[in-house]
Amino acid sequence: MPKLKVATKVATLVTALAMGVVPAAMAANISGAGATFPAPVYAKWAETYKAQTHNDLNYQAIGSGGGIKQINASTVDFGASDKPLKPDALAAGGLQQFPTVIGGVVPVMNLPGFQAGQIHMTGKLVSYIYQGTIKRWNDPAIQSWNKGLKLPNMPITVVHRSDGSGTSFLFTTYLSMSDPKWAAGPGGNDAVNWPVGLGGKGNDGVAAFVKQTPGSIGYVEYAYAKQNHMDYAVMMNKAGKWVSPTAANFAAAAANAKWSGAPGFYLLLLDQPGATAWPITGATFILMHKKQTDAQKGHDVLAFFDWAYKNGDAEAQGLDYVTLPLAVKNQVRKSWSTIVGPSGKPVYP
Amino acid sequence: MSTAVNATPTARRTTPRGFALEPVFEGLCFAAATALLAALGGVLVSLAIGGWPALSRFGLSFVTGVTWDPNPDHETYGAAGPIVGTLITSAAALIMALPVAGGVAFFLVELCPTILRRPIGTAVELLAGIPSIVYGMWGLFVFAPFFATHVETPLMTWAPPGSIWETLFSGIPNGSGMLAASIILAIMILPFMAATLRELLNTVPTQVRESAYGLGATTAEVVLKVTLPYIRRGAIGAVMLGLGRALGETMAVTFIIGNSHAFPKGLFDSGSTIASTIANEFNEAGPLQSSALIALGLVLFVITFTVLALARLLLRSQVRA
Repeated sequence: MPKLKVATKVATLVTALAMGVVPAAMAANISGAGATFPAPVYAKWAETYKAQTHNDLNYQAIGSGGGIKQINASTVDFGASDKPLKPDALAAGGLQQFPTVIGGVVPVMNLPGFQAGQIHMTGKLVSYIYQGTIKRWNDPAIQSWNKGLKLPNMPITVVHRSDGSGTSFLFTTYLSMSDPKWAAGPGGNDAVNWPVGLGGKGNDGVAAFVKQTPGSIGYVEYAYAKQNHMDYAVMMNKAGKWVSPTAANFAAAAANAKWSGAPGFYLLLLDQPGATAWPITGATFILMHKKQTDAQKGHDVLAFFDWAYKNGDAEAQGLDYVTLPLAVKNQVRKSWSTIVGPSGKPVYP
Repeated sequence: MSTAVNATPTARRTTPRGFALEPVFEGLCFAAATALLAALGGVLVSLAIGGWPALSRFGLSFVTGVTWDPNPDHETYGAAGPIVGTLITSAAALIMALPVAGGVAFFLVELCPTILRRPIGTAVELLAGIPSIVYGMWGLFVFAPFFATHVETPLMTWAPPGSIWETLFSGIPNGSGMLAASIILAIMILPFMAATLRELLNTVPTQVRESAYGLGATTAEVVLKVTLPYIRRGAIGAVMLGLGRALGETMAVTFIIGNSHAFPKGLFDSGSTIASTIANEFNEAGPLQSSALIALGLVLFVITFTVLALARLLLRSQVRA
């Protein structure tokens, strides 16, 4: 009997181990980490991709900074960043980047008696508000751009982000481009030394503060402004036209951009030309090593993103992201020829 | 003659059944204690190493400077705002929570009808178990609008212009700010302190209380002059634990304090605390900013250590007296 006991114990142990090992050998498994902005759409794509091809994608939204650190340390197969890396940073890490989806930043406000799209703003005006130079809504500077409206004599409560994020990077870089005083002062970065205002944590924090505080102004990702029905401002773009934040206008900013002239796809879609281009647009990027140590892994990652370009548009738009124009997607596909395996041959196709 | 008790040295002693395991048990306990000390030492050393780049670059101005600028083109980290914010909110929370916690404990032990004692006691303990992020979200979505319309706006409109009240009540009337964060913190540390004080009050021997009542003392006199001095040691310990929790509280504060690194000038102004700054900025921090945040953690470690040392000093003087 003791022999039987031992035998059964050994048998269960071996079966348990085998059950753990066997399924893992069957499907591809890719891992990525980084930006929180595209995390919902990557998760949705991963779910559908798994249902169709049985390949797993594990994405961790630890922030763009974390994503860059992880891909530099090669602990993940791809990194994701809301902020494109400059060509010298790419070269230093041996990385290549390409965009996946587009988002934008929308200035939102809470002015009792005024609806979405009524207030007109320019970049310089927003910069002065965020510096505290303009303190009240009926300031002559604001009134001059809104001649038909009677703005109230309310103090402006400025709301910004308390945490570092790609949204803040786009917003502050745009302010730097619109106003030299902002560029010399806080500058454009994920997190800056905000002169005035209170900070909300995340897009939801900012949205909550703006909704609760009459007379406040803030900035949120397009998806948040749309889903929470927030009152947005109409802005003047580079062409001198007033534009509203809509998916079509974000796409216009991306379509009119000069991607071919941008080495490493380093392009900030701010203040792009075009009559309908929204001025504060930005793409989110994927980072991969140019020289892949495992050719199959590199192939699997690019296969996923190719599949996403072909089939993921509807899902991305359903989550209020803006998809890349076809011309840009094809440019990205061409650029993949420089991602090579240990033998020197491109990993995809 | 009884064979059950072996007290005489000449009788043969059989060793207890678990005697062989005795050194193992002692060894395990010793290992646990040293592991704890090693972990504490390790945390301190890693904080010091991680924070060294920022501390060596900014020196004393790290603790006294007010500018917190994460832009890589002109990075400066001066943590006076978060440090002062931490101290003010924790002290204010303690001042608000301690009398109420004491009152709740005394009520439950002395005055409460027996039938209500269990439900109220359980309710207090349940409050202590609510996660802090839930407090934060409740604070932002429920408490802040209420606070804005019923406290902040009336006080700000009442304050005579140019007086000290105007400066005291200055800020943004949207329910966020230093005072709101202090109140949320007070509500958070209240249940824990109340539960601990109640346990302590239950340890007071009945003879002590009965004899005080017997001598004609009122309930207030019994509570303030007899039971409170009796449990002073444990009470200070409970207070220090509550203060420690308030110092380190992150999520509840981040939602409602307004997260501005500048010095708060009024009660309704935005501020920040060390914990909220670290929680907000660590994710996307560059190398020097990470180092500055780790140095901030070291500062918080030092503050907590000082508070505990003060507590032990207070207790030592009690024991001697």
